[in-house]
Amino acid sequence: MSNDGSAKLSKNLLRMKFMQRGLDADVKKQLEEEEKRIISDEHWYLDLPELKAKESYIIEERSYVPCEDLVYGRMSFKGFNSEVEKLMVLMNAPKEEEDEEEEKDITRMDTDITDEDMAIRYGSLVESMKRRFGKKRERTCLKNDDDDVNRNAVETHPKKAFLKPQD
Amino acid sequence: MDIIHSCFKAQIGEVVLPGDVFRFDVSSVEEDSRVKAEKIICGPGLRRNGDEILVYKSGVLRYKQPNLYWIESQQKRYVPIKGESVIGIVTAKSGDIFKVDVGGSEQASLSYLAFEGATKRNRPNVQVGDLVYSQFIIANKDMEPELVCIDSCGRANGMGVFGADGLLFKVSLGLVRRLLTPQSEIVKDLEKIFPFEMVVGLNGRVWVKAKSVQQTLIVANLLESCENMTAQQRRALFKKVAEGAL
Repeated sequence: MSNDGSAKLSKNLLRMKFMQRGLDADVKKQLEEEEKRIISDEHWYLDLPELKAKESYIIEERSYVPCEDLVYGRMSFKGFNSEVEKLMVLMNAPKEEEDEEEEKDITRMDTDITDEDMAIRYGSLVESMKRRFGKKRERTCLKNDDDDVNRNAVETHPKKAFLKPQD
Repeated sequence: MDIIHSCFKAQIGEVVLPGDVFRFDVSSVEEDSRVKAEKIICGPGLRRNGDEILVYKSGVLRYKQPNLYWIESQQKRYVPIKGESVIGIVTAKSGDIFKVDVGGSEQASLSYLAFEGATKRNRPNVQVGDLVYSQFIIANKDMEPELVCIDSCGRANGMGVFGADGLLFKVSLGLVRRLLTPQSEIVKDLEKIFPFEMVVGLNGRVWVKAKSVQQTLIVANLLESCENMTAQQRRALFKKVAEGAL
């Protein structure tokens, strides 16, 4: 492309994408600068003094609910509506301290299965497990022992052993 | 922070009037570095105006730890406030929304999808004239208020249509707040009389239901009379009713 040719072309035409391939670096730079200038000139801005950004230390709260700790609005008394009574407990509960709640949970877990239940269950469990791992002969003797609970397993029968025949 | 508190301190428990101003020296407040961590909350009846706090309700100035001030006032007109639970009356059904009268300056809108378990196919059964216990999700002074009958998890938690029988009546907003305070004395006295159910909306509407129409009326009349009674008078009246004098 000769110098004469490029001079004839208008700047707007040269700014187009497909024209920029053939342009040399200087002209390209010039065009870009011009473009930037146009863009910044056309930007609007408000002619105002800068705002002093102050963080407000006053918060507005329009509701009475957090001020007076108002409770849930549905109520039922003496079991008139049991659903609402459950809801009352649920909705008014979170205001209590969390520690207390946790403590309550622990006690509830304890009382879920009483100690007696536990003892009975383990007592029978020990028995059945013992039966499972014992041998057939022991099982029969266990059955006989059922009457006295606290008795320790004492071998009533002498241990069977091979008796060597006498010559 | 003490600077701000000190300008309130003298007035706590005193009567203040609309137009009263709480002013503090801003320059000294800014020097106080603790202010950035601590903020002051002005509750109902107080409004921020630049660097001062204006009173716009007449009543008694109250204070709650650590930094909450508000005006305890007596009024009957309800102004919708975001997050408050109210009793509304459905006045119109129009396509996707219900119009609900909550006693404010404008009727609130309630979407048919804002009920527990509601989908586009499964519409809630709401008729004109039904009572709904619901809470405000939008309440601006320049916009139509909007109600919902579900919480943020999508559960109803007792909100929605209620009140097949029972009686709805209006009391002052002050009495409603007295009923809703934790361990309210009025409620404690009332529940001794006989089993009943009550829904209290912060907009001043109260709905009660007991076993018979007569008992419902007794509860309603007792609640209404609580408006202007001292604690002694109330106890005397409730005792009479419990003995069956009414």
